[in-house]
Amino acid sequence: MSAAINQNPGNGNGAARPVAIAVENICKRYGDFEAVKSVNFSVAEGEIFGLLGPNGAGKSTLIRMMTTLIPVTSGKAIVAGHNVADDPDDVRRVIGVIPQALTSDQDLTLEENLSIYAKLYGVPRAEREKNINDVLEAVDLTKWRDAQTKTLSGGMRRRLEIARGLVHNPKIFFLDEPTTGLDPVSRIAVWEMLNKLKSTRNLTMLLTTHYMEEADKLCDRIAIVDHGTLVALGTPVELKNSVAGANVVEVHFDRETEEWEERLTKLEGVTSVQPESAGFYRVLTTSGSKTTMQIVELAASLGETLTSLSVQNTTLDDVFIHYTGRQLRDEQVKPVFTMPPRPGAQP
Amino acid sequence: MNRMFAIIEREMRKFFRSPTLMIMSLMLPILQLIIIGNAFGGKIVGTHVAVVDHDHGPQAVKVREAFDAVAANIKTFTVVDYPNEVEAREDVRTGKIDAAVIIPEHYSRRVYAQDAPQLGLIVDNSDLFTSATLEGEMQSLVDAMNAPQVQDRLSKSIALEIVELYPYVNYLKYLLPMTVALAMYISVMIGGGMLYIDDKARGVHEGYLVTPITKLELVFGLNIAGAIKATLSGISIGVIGSLIAGLGVVFHPMIMLQMLCLIIAGSIAFNGMMFLLMVRVDDPLVPRAMFGVLNVLLLYPSGAMYPTVSFPKWMQAMSVVDPFTYAIHGFKAVLLKDGGWIAIRGDLAFLTIFGIATLLIATPLFKRTL
Repeated sequence: MSAAINQNPGNGNGAARPVAIAVENICKRYGDFEAVKSVNFSVAEGEIFGLLGPNGAGKSTLIRMMTTLIPVTSGKAIVAGHNVADDPDDVRRVIGVIPQALTSDQDLTLEENLSIYAKLYGVPRAEREKNINDVLEAVDLTKWRDAQTKTLSGGMRRRLEIARGLVHNPKIFFLDEPTTGLDPVSRIAVWEMLNKLKSTRNLTMLLTTHYMEEADKLCDRIAIVDHGTLVALGTPVELKNSVAGANVVEVHFDRETEEWEERLTKLEGVTSVQPESAGFYRVLTTSGSKTTMQIVELAASLGETLTSLSVQNTTLDDVFIHYTGRQLRDEQVKPVFTMPPRPGAQP
Repeated sequence: MNRMFAIIEREMRKFFRSPTLMIMSLMLPILQLIIIGNAFGGKIVGTHVAVVDHDHGPQAVKVREAFDAVAANIKTFTVVDYPNEVEAREDVRTGKIDAAVIIPEHYSRRVYAQDAPQLGLIVDNSDLFTSATLEGEMQSLVDAMNAPQVQDRLSKSIALEIVELYPYVNYLKYLLPMTVALAMYISVMIGGGMLYIDDKARGVHEGYLVTPITKLELVFGLNIAGAIKATLSGISIGVIGSLIAGLGVVFHPMIMLQMLCLIIAGSIAFNGMMFLLMVRVDDPLVPRAMFGVLNVLLLYPSGAMYPTVSFPKWMQAMSVVDPFTYAIHGFKAVLLKDGGWIAIRGDLAFLTIFGIATLLIATPLFKRTL
C-alpha cells in the first residue's frame, strides 16, 4: 500500500499561508500499545483539514493531544504557535473544541450554556453579550436563546455545541465527528454552517469524521489515519488521483463463478477488482468506457447475463478502502463507560 | 476566579432546575425521621398478659387490682385469665399473648406469713423491648406492693434523686441530628458523587478541560458548589425536621448561627471526603454501588442511633475518624442541649480540618487531562 503523503499545506488550497497547526513526529503510547505512531502534518490558517480513519485508527487520540486533553508521549504539536505540552493554557485560549458527545447542559437555556462557557474562557463581561448574540446568529439559533437545551432537536443541539466552541472567538476550531448521529438534513445544515463560519470568521478547522461525503464536501485537505499512522494526505482530488484507476465500474453478473475476479483483473486498464457479494464486483480502471465495453463483450462471449453495470468516478470511499483495507476493526480498546442517553434526550 | 464562579453557577443552576432531584434528596432523611422516630420512639402499650391464678385469695385480688389499674391508666397491658400455666406458656411461645403472670397456690397465705411469697412472670425474651418493658412494669408493681402500708416519718433507705438537665427528649428529637447529617450526606453523595461521575462519563468535564480553567479553579468550583448544595440541604432539613420533631430552639438566633456553622463545616467535610473518594472514579456505577456501603460505614459508627461507648473497640476507632460522629455530636449539643460554642468547638475544628485535609489530598490526585 503506497501512501500519498503531501504534508505541505502550501501545495493544497492553503498556498503560502501561515501554518496554524504543526504536528511533528507525534506519538501516544498506552503501556505497550501505540495509539499514534510518529504522525506529521501541518494545517494552514483558514484551512479545513479532515482526519479520516476507521474506528480505533487514532483520530480522536490525535485531536485530544492537539487540544491538550491528553499528554503527548513524544514529538510535538504546535497550535497557533504554542506547544501543547509546554503552553497548554495558551493553546486553550485560542482553540474551540466540539467533542464527539453532546455535552451542553440540558437543564440550562442556550444563553446560560453559552454564558458559562464564555466565563470559562475568560471573555470579558463587556464582550460576553455581544459574542453570545453573534454566535447564536451564526448558528441560526437566536430565537431559541431562552429555550432549555433539552427541548432542542439533535441537529440544533449540535449547532449549539458549535456556538459554544465559538463563544470566545477562537482562531482554530477542532471538531470531533461533528455530524455523527445526525439525520441527513441536519448534517447538510451543519456542513453549510461550517462553510459559512470558515468564510466569515477566517477559522482554521480540524475535524475528524468517518463520513466520506462530509470530508469530500468540507475539507480542503484530508489525512487518512489507520493503525495510528498517517497513510495518506492531500486534497480530495489528489487523494482520488492517488488511487490507481480513474473510474469505478460496478458489475453484477447473474451467476457467480470463481473465475470472474481473475477474468476481470486481466482486462485492459483494470488496476484492481474488489468482490462485493456473490457475482458483484467493483472494478477500478483507468478507462471506464473501455472496461465497460470489455465486460459486456466478455459476458456475451461466455453466454453469461449481466444484471447491472454502472460506471462512476473514483470516490473517497474507494480511496479510504484502498488505504485502510476492508477488514473490520474490532481491536480491544481501553474500556470507557459511556452513559446511556437521558430519557427523552435527542441522539 | 471568574472561571471558578462559572463552575459554581453551572452547578447551582442545574441543582435548582432539578426539583425532582431536590425533593428526593430531602425525602429520604425526612422519611427516616418520621418512620424511625415514630417506630422506635413510642411507648409500648396494649400488650396482653395472661394471669393464671392458683390462689384466688385476697392478695391475689390485690395483684389483679394493680393490673387493672395499669390497664386503665398507662395501658401497657391488659389482662387475660388463663386456666393453667402450660397453656399460658404455650401461648407466650406462639405469640398469642406477650407474657404470663403466675399467682401460685397459697400466695396470700405466704404474704400474710411473710414467708417468701413469689409471683411468676413468663416473658418472650426474643423481643427485647417488650419483655424489658413488661419486666420493668411488673417490678414497679411488686415494689409498690412491697412498700409498707404506713411509711416511716424518716426514710431509712437510700434514695437516688435524679436531676434531668433537659426537658424530655423523645426519640424523634433524638434522631433529628442524624437526619440533618444524613440530608447533607445524601446531597453530597448525589451531587458530589453520582452527578459528578455522570458528568465525567457524559463528557461535560471534557468541555471544561479544553478551556483555560486551572486545576485549582476547577477543583474549588466543584467543591464549593457541592458544599453549598449540602449546606442548603442541611438548613432545609434542620428547619423542617425541627418543626416535625417539635424543637423550637432552632429558631433562636444563636442556635441558628451555631447550626449554620456546623452545617457549613459538615458540608465541607462530607464534600471533601466524597471528592477524595471519587476523584479517580470514571464508572457511574461506582458511586451508586458505594451509596449504601458508605451510609452504613459512616452513619452507624457515629453514635447517631446508639451511643458509641457501647461499641466494640474497632467500631469506636471508626467513629473517631468518622465526620458523621462530630457533625451529629455538634447537632445534638446545639439542638438538644443548648451547649453553646464550648460544646461544639471541637466538632467544628475537626470537621473543618477534615474537609480541608481531604481536599488537599484529593487536589493532586485530580487529573487536569483525560
